[in-house]
Amino acid sequence: MATNLVDSTPAMNNLLGSESDSQRTLYDFCTSHYVESIYERTIRFDPWYPYVTGTSVVGIKYKDGILLAADMGGSYGSTLRYKGVERLKPVGKHSIIGASGEISDFQEIMRFLDELILSDNMWDDGNSLGPKEVHNYLTRVMYNRRNKFNPLWNSLVLGGVKNGQKYLGTVSMIGVHYEDNHVTTGFGNHLARPILRDEWHENLTFEEGVKLLEKCMRVLLYRDRSAVNKIQILKITEEGVGTFPPYSLKTYWNFSAFQNPTVGAEGSW
Amino acid sequence: MFRNQYDTDVTTWSPAGRLFQVEYAMEAVKQGSAAIGLRSKTHVVLACVNKASSELSSHQKKIFKVDDHIGVAISGLTADGRVLSRYMRNECINYSYTYESQLPVGRLVVQLADKAQVCTQRSWKRPYGVGLLVGGLDESGAHLYYNCPSGNYFEYQAFAIGSRSQAAKTFLERKFDSFMEATRDNLIKDAIFALRETLQGEKMTSSVCTIAILGVGEAFHILDQETVQSLINEFEVVGEDTPTDEASAPDQAGDSDQGAATPAGQGPAPMDI
Repeated sequence: MATNLVDSTPAMNNLLGSESDSQRTLYDFCTSHYVESIYERTIRFDPWYPYVTGTSVVGIKYKDGILLAADMGGSYGSTLRYKGVERLKPVGKHSIIGASGEISDFQEIMRFLDELILSDNMWDDGNSLGPKEVHNYLTRVMYNRRNKFNPLWNSLVLGGVKNGQKYLGTVSMIGVHYEDNHVTTGFGNHLARPILRDEWHENLTFEEGVKLLEKCMRVLLYRDRSAVNKIQILKITEEGVGTFPPYSLKTYWNFSAFQNPTVGAEGSW
Repeated sequence: MFRNQYDTDVTTWSPAGRLFQVEYAMEAVKQGSAAIGLRSKTHVVLACVNKASSELSSHQKKIFKVDDHIGVAISGLTADGRVLSRYMRNECINYSYTYESQLPVGRLVVQLADKAQVCTQRSWKRPYGVGLLVGGLDESGAHLYYNCPSGNYFEYQAFAIGSRSQAAKTFLERKFDSFMEATRDNLIKDAIFALRETLQGEKMTSSVCTIAILGVGEAFHILDQETVQSLINEFEVVGEDTPTDEASAPDQAGDSDQGAATPAGQGPAPMDI
């Protein structure tokens, strides 16, 4: 299970400059040789760096299906600009998707998926695309875009239930994809997965699942600077998608380490 | 059907509202050697007669594997059938690659039918001269479809196409009620009997016929000659509810374990009527 090397908080990587400098070099090199070529069209106009981004998504399998959690923040670089961004959406009857990364690319992906589901429904036969099929379709989309040097700057979590089978998978912006009992994107890989490795088990009830997700989201809220305290949870079971109104987590700031934090660090504030 | 002034072009309607070229294409299907399909809830069996053009040559391949879960038997212009099989294989493999799951057979036959329809509406094309019996699986179980050159497709419990297929159809019409719940082996048995009807007196051996099966949990495969021959022997020896006696007359140099007393002819064979 490869950790996604490119993904962690893309906004931080790029707007701090070091990586984008090398990209600008590549870009300049290309335009001096290729005018009005595919290179100009791709590199010039499409985000090598994202603008409005979402942070981690956490997903787990539980007894009856899948639970996804994500906060509703859309960061504009280091500014926590948008606080009502839905990053979890249903896909057809059998799946739900969560995305981190560039929000406009996620909206584009939703357009692709809505078209896909519509075509699927138009067959009007007893068959429908399940989560596995959607996950693979997304993998193909992401990988092919990456091959054309025009990636959709997202990490996606795709979960669903069909015919009693639970499915949970992830795809990154370069097309790395895998399935597991619990998947996360972004900082969630570093902060939430250790918790899930310890505490996830088969047959979590819905309440236990939500508590586990909240535990992960709380750690992310404390430690991920792009997290906002307004989280959205989406569940999917054989019966269908369950949405819940967004809510905030209770936080505790009276840890002794937070009192007098500069004790022992002369000169800091 | 006789020649008339409206049958030169596929894009010319007759005053009676018929497209004669399409109908002639369906005649081509009837000239091919017989192909039969039957299905139960979980399995589909395809069977066909191997007609070789001379004793020196080998017979044409009429049953094609399209994917693990779909197979097709053709009757008519074999070349057209091969081309369509290649199309079907392509569609299945592309779907598998994108979605990592099997293309539902119901969707494949619609795509095939739409492809055939195109040829009935272009002046520079001609209709495909082949009928296809497509057997496959989708979410709701096993299905058997018939695609004809006109671009129509129908779902069947059992069907037969090609020359002398009427005899097989008569047999199938009598027995089809039992197919849905039939076991895999009984389905094969019924396919063999139906095939025998089309042979009309010719000796039935495994070299004359090809049998293929697919089902839930069983990938499409063509039964090998030995298996087919032993099945033929088994069923001819037992001579169960076979109405035909004259067909079972030919010498079975096979391994009849029972010491086979072939049942004396009771009742007239349908061919006699």
